[in-house]
Amino acid sequence: MYSFKEKSIKIIFTILAFVSLFFLLGIIFVLFKESVPVISEINLIKFLFGKYWYPTHEPAEFGILPLILASFWVTLGALIVCAPLGISVALYINEIASPKQKQILKPLIEILAGIPSIIFGFFGMLVIAPLIQKTFNISTGLCTLTASLVLGIMATPTVASLSEDALSFVPKSFKEASYALGANRWQTLLKVVIPAAGSGISTSVILGMSRIVGETMTVLMVSGGAAVIPKSFFDPVRPMTSTIAAEMGESAVGSIHYHSLFAIGLILFLTTLIFNAAAEIISKKHRLKLGIDR
Amino acid sequence: MPIENDIRIKAEDVNFYYGNTRAIKNLNIDFYTNKVTSFIGPSGCGKSTFIRLLNKMNELVPNTRVEGSIYLDGKDILAKKVDVVKIRRKVGMVFQKPNPFPKTIYQNIAYGLEINGERNKKKISEDVEQALIKAALWHEVKDRLHDNALRLSGGQQQRLCIARCLAVNPEVILFDEPCASLDPISTNKIEELILDLKKQYTIVIVTHNMQQAARVSDFTAFMYLGELIEFAQTSKIFTVPKEKQTESYLSGKFG
Repeated sequence: MYSFKEKSIKIIFTILAFVSLFFLLGIIFVLFKESVPVISEINLIKFLFGKYWYPTHEPAEFGILPLILASFWVTLGALIVCAPLGISVALYINEIASPKQKQILKPLIEILAGIPSIIFGFFGMLVIAPLIQKTFNISTGLCTLTASLVLGIMATPTVASLSEDALSFVPKSFKEASYALGANRWQTLLKVVIPAAGSGISTSVILGMSRIVGETMTVLMVSGGAAVIPKSFFDPVRPMTSTIAAEMGESAVGSIHYHSLFAIGLILFLTTLIFNAAAEIISKKHRLKLGIDR
Repeated sequence: MPIENDIRIKAEDVNFYYGNTRAIKNLNIDFYTNKVTSFIGPSGCGKSTFIRLLNKMNELVPNTRVEGSIYLDGKDILAKKVDVVKIRRKVGMVFQKPNPFPKTIYQNIAYGLEINGERNKKKISEDVEQALIKAALWHEVKDRLHDNALRLSGGQQQRLCIARCLAVNPEVILFDEPCASLDPISTNKIEELILDLKKQYTIVIVTHNMQQAARVSDFTAFMYLGELIEFAQTSKIFTVPKEKQTESYLSGKFG
């Protein structure tokens, strides 16, 4: 009886564990299957580097370069916001904050990381966009800069929280050794703690980027939506994610437009996959370097 | 006992508190120049806590308080205005667990020189070599100075930490149970090194190994529950201890 119970529990958990794998494989399969027609019907080079995205025109054009560049610039801009901000927050919490401040700040940042992206979208539309419009005197506040700012703010808690983890993993003995040699706090931080936490910090930035690239709702709301190659940070853009979200409902199932959207999805999937794999590889090396995990 | 002039560090009525717990009680002791003084006593008796006062490492522990005076070359290092950095450069420390930085062997030693403002690459490279020679590690690592220090064995790592400490030219070196995590052969090497180093430095060592105290030290201090029970020449303390507590600890009756 006992062994039957043991066995059935084992089987149930095995099945449950494989379900997630099954879903992953299913998603990859569907993405590939629905993307393939793009290659046969448009040709890959024309699809990836075509300058015009006119899916509903006659004749229609399916060049996703404007969308790729939009995602690229928005992500880069957001990175410029979230990396320094997130890392500074982490350094403050880890090194400067009193234990009491730390007790309040750390959970607060984790709450911030959990705010639904639509809220950030609201915030961007109602606060940041008008501000940008007025400050730079441009025709619309919904542009690359706004999207970058909002996404940057959004990803800051992720970067801060993970960087702080990386900093707190640095063994206390490194700091002690440094202080005992007569180093001050600043030297210890710059030359011992940050290098030791370096790969953990880069991992946090990569994961933040992964979040930015895949973000849909917020960019849909604040990026302006023009599928044109951006000439400056003040131009409205249409990143890959919001293209899919906005157009999937209107495209006819089985049409080239429909398959193109899937192909965009595949590109996004592969991008975040690469980011996450890079983060995993770096953090593994990092643990080895610190002598943990050996 | 040596004459008064040879006193390098003098501690007077030192009390130390973790929160409300008094970890060190009215401690008075002198450390003599170019001598090795060892602290023995059961775990938690305050010996490590005490030597960490000598280079102000306890300042890094929150919610602690110290009273009394510790004179280093006639200046009270517990006074408020003292420059911690200067004291730590004079009083080096080697820790219980070898703690090299996750950098190369070379960088580990160069670090101390760089933070002291040394910019000359040639001078740094010479000093690194000298420090490694003094720490009896040079011949083992001279061909792989740019390997990660964490690839060295435990005993080599500890000697690297000693070299790192020597490179900044301290006058006093504190050893906090330096052999606690080492095998007998590595322990033996460190002990030989300590005997060699005392020609140039004043050495204070905390140890759980009484044979070690007997082998390396000129003076021995026995601590129990935060109090200094007995302090005398090592030869005296191990043969004719004055206090009953010292005698029972040395004969293994408690501890």
